[in-house]
Amino acid sequence: METQQLKESLRGFLQEYIKVADFKDDENIFAAKYVNSLFVMQLILFVEKEFAIRVETEDMELANFCSVDALAAFVDKKQSEAAA
Amino acid sequence: MTNQINRIGVIGAGVMGVGVAQSAAQAGYQVTVIDVSQEILDKAKQILYTNLRFHGLVSKKAQSDETPEQVLERVHFSTSYEGLHNVDFVVENVTENWDIKKSVYVELERNCPSHAVYAVNTSAISITRVAALTNRQEQVLGMHFMNPVPLKDTVESIRAFHTSQDTIEQAARFLAKMGKRQIVVNDMPGFVSNRVLMLTINEAVELLRDGVATAQDIDDIFTSCFGHPMGPLATADLIGLDTILFSIEVLYDSYADSKFRPSPLLKKLVDAGRLGKKSGHGFFKYAGNI
Repeated sequence: METQQLKESLRGFLQEYIKVADFKDDENIFAAKYVNSLFVMQLILFVEKEFAIRVETEDMELANFCSVDALAAFVDKKQSEAAA
Repeated sequence: MTNQINRIGVIGAGVMGVGVAQSAAQAGYQVTVIDVSQEILDKAKQILYTNLRFHGLVSKKAQSDETPEQVLERVHFSTSYEGLHNVDFVVENVTENWDIKKSVYVELERNCPSHAVYAVNTSAISITRVAALTNRQEQVLGMHFMNPVPLKDTVESIRAFHTSQDTIEQAARFLAKMGKRQIVVNDMPGFVSNRVLMLTINEAVELLRDGVATAQDIDDIFTSCFGHPMGPLATADLIGLDTILFSIEVLYDSYADSKFRPSPLLKKLVDAGRLGKKSGHGFFKYAGNI
């Protein structure tokens, strides 16, 4: 999946929960308090289902899921690993 | 009397039961979870596994080296109360409905060893009244866990009319192993927490019904102006709107005081299946079934 397409899909999901329309791709959605920390669980379940990846125990770092950019890079990395 | 606590019975595999089972299993206890249908238990096992996977991400506590699979091995699921024949401590988390609770205690009395302590995890039902259903009234206390159980370190424990000091101390030991402490209060419907919280949530729903503010803005007043970590409506979504309604109805019946009258909008939302986080939609929307 192209990075842009990936980001649009992620934004589409996040936009349902984040009321601010113009949050930036590199903005930390947890630090900005757009969502609370428990939202990360919903986010991971979405990412696993949507992009057919498995988030392993060693991937369970908030840094992987805290912004659109971080999420896109993480999904891209997992998909590349799976394809390799 | 210093009973060893090794085996825990958890009755009810809903949000609270799964949370208690997780905390107990993570602390090293052997746990037996009882519910009425295999389907509910299968779903509970799935949710428990998901929560164990994510525990390290959402908990600030020290991490264990155990995998989710290893913790899950200590949790047994059953539709039969016979699985409780060797438990030392029972946490009962069934729905806030007197007739259902009553039938559960008949089964507990039939199946649990005489030394076992019963902890009633309820938001509002009188612990003294529950204890009267048993032949071990001094071994019954209330234990009001907060949600999500694995992340909340403090429990409101309730000393019923006959609860012994030994039972209170056993409860403290059981909780300490899970990294939790208790604040012990006396038994009156709603205790401290819910006598205040349920009224607050109910009034927040009335504000919404009257069109005074949106759900978002009502909660924003509490989080931004008062500095609460979560507003009353998001709290209601987390607890479950059906549980809120049951609790406020219990308070209304117990005190026969109109100040506890449930909001008609709350009733309507429950009828519509808008139960909060667990149904994916309450006052706010949620993704995934966790």
